[in-house]
Amino acid sequence: MLSVARRAVLGQARGALARPAFTTSPCSLQRLLSSLAVLEQRDGKLNAGSLSAVTAAKKLGGSIHAIVAGASARGAAEEAAKVEGLEKVLVVESSAYEKGLPENYAPLLVENIKKGGYTHVFAGHTAFGKSVMPRVAALIDSQQISDITAIESEDTFVRPIYAGNAIATVQSTDPVKVITIRGTAFSSADSAPSSGSATVEDGADPKADSLSEWVSEDLAKSDRPDLATAGRVVSGGRGLKSKQDFDKIMLPLADALGAAVGASRAAVDSGYADNSLQVGQTGKVVAPQLYMAVGISGAIQHLAGMKDSKVIAAINKDPEAPIFQVADVGLVGDLFDKVPELTEKLKESS
Amino acid sequence: MSGLRILVPIKRVIDYAVKPRVNKAQTGVELAGVKHSMNPFDELSVEEAVRLRERKAGPAGVEDICVISAGPAKAQETLRTAMAMGADRAVHVETAEDAPALEPLSVAKLLKRAAEDHKSNLVILGKQSIDDDSAQTGPMLAALLGWPQATQASKVEVGSDGSVSVTCEVDGGVETVRARLPMVVTTDLRLNEPRYASLPNIMKAKKKPLEKKALADYGVSAESRLKVVKVTEPPPRQGGGKVEDVGGLVAKLKELGAL
Repeated sequence: MLSVARRAVLGQARGALARPAFTTSPCSLQRLLSSLAVLEQRDGKLNAGSLSAVTAAKKLGGSIHAIVAGASARGAAEEAAKVEGLEKVLVVESSAYEKGLPENYAPLLVENIKKGGYTHVFAGHTAFGKSVMPRVAALIDSQQISDITAIESEDTFVRPIYAGNAIATVQSTDPVKVITIRGTAFSSADSAPSSGSATVEDGADPKADSLSEWVSEDLAKSDRPDLATAGRVVSGGRGLKSKQDFDKIMLPLADALGAAVGASRAAVDSGYADNSLQVGQTGKVVAPQLYMAVGISGAIQHLAGMKDSKVIAAINKDPEAPIFQVADVGLVGDLFDKVPELTEKLKESS
Repeated sequence: MSGLRILVPIKRVIDYAVKPRVNKAQTGVELAGVKHSMNPFDELSVEEAVRLRERKAGPAGVEDICVISAGPAKAQETLRTAMAMGADRAVHVETAEDAPALEPLSVAKLLKRAAEDHKSNLVILGKQSIDDDSAQTGPMLAALLGWPQATQASKVEVGSDGSVSVTCEVDGGVETVRARLPMVVTTDLRLNEPRYASLPNIMKAKKKPLEKKALADYGVSAESRLKVVKVTEPPPRQGGGKVEDVGGLVAKLKELGAL
């Protein structure tokens, strides 16, 4: 309620700026909201998922700028400039920021936050956001608010704690709010590049020395949709028994559904699937239209990562498995029979 | 260069297998009478410190492993567990029994002073605590100390020249970064498999030094920047029942609009 009132006042204040005839005093506000959305890029390509930060900033209201940095970040900046609602995109082109090393990326953000006088800084609760944003927050002496799922007002936010078993509403007293957001709660779909026309400007570059160096990376190659943003996810657990069976059973099902592949911790620890596919409290949090859990019992740490899915389906041979308590539709049976049958049926009907 | 002086911050949290319940007043989670244990990621940190000693890593092996925890009196049990796993000594920063847990920024400020006091050159923390799920303390500490950081480590190698290579779990795979000591590392699940403390080691741990400190000794206050307005249960999810066969599954998914 507070948020609605405040936004209404803000809306009027902004209207007043445009049309001086409307005399709501902007002075009644402490200061106008202005957000900085931190966008991720790779090789000059914008990471579309990171636009969730813009979606979150839009929900807050006020002016929104974005920042993107990297060796050839200008391309990503041009792409971002088309996003509806963005006023300005700051770009810092330097190879020093290409890999997002927190030791120099954090000072870069701090410099631009100070220069721009932003009240809110948003980034995704991704590996990048988790490593860079707390460093930024400490440098400006702000207690970060992690992994928010909703914005109640300019200083009040909602975030899940205890693996999603409790939902906390917290109010920040810091002048600059440093916030990481849960991507699935702020879908980037409505902020996808469209007709926006933000200006692209050079951001400040403090040229801080990096204390660390990037050595190498080993990313899982896949033509399937990205797990974090996929509309459908099929996930396998310990019940798959081996990596061969995981690949033989789960991959055709994923392809028949056009789904991303996920896994439980048990499946990852046993080597059936790559670490980056883990869904849960310590892995990825997903909220697709359809989540199909195969051979997954449904431990609370796993549920933390998928219970906001629109529809949950479960196939498990144990009728008592906790997964059936949250599944919209459950099938008790041997996954080695049921899944191939399902894959065939899906292929026929498509 | 001297040997590794490792500081391992640990936190006592509700055991991972317990399903937390929100209290009646909606101010937090019911903590009384609930099984607590060491945050699982902190067990990995302690284990990694002990393994670095066992493989004589670093310029001159491991000189010291100090575990530290801020919390009520019972945090001492957690510190004893860490010492039974192989830590040399412990520091307990006692907070009031009913005080809310310190915020990550306060903990980072406390740890900065502790790292300086103990002349630490490597701090190993868990990537997040499973109660607050913030994932902030490690990078915040690195920022305050001005040290390099590596988060979500699945492999840590300390060279004899004081260089540290860390393989980090990132979205889509792993990446490797390198830095020089002193450094902050946060641990991820795949880093190691924590050992169980043996009975003789549990007995020995009772004799290891445990120093008691207060927040004031570190110039930190218990004040919170984030005020908890309320804590609620998430909306319950109702299971939708079971179907007999694959045909039923497909039909139900179509009915639900998922196919």
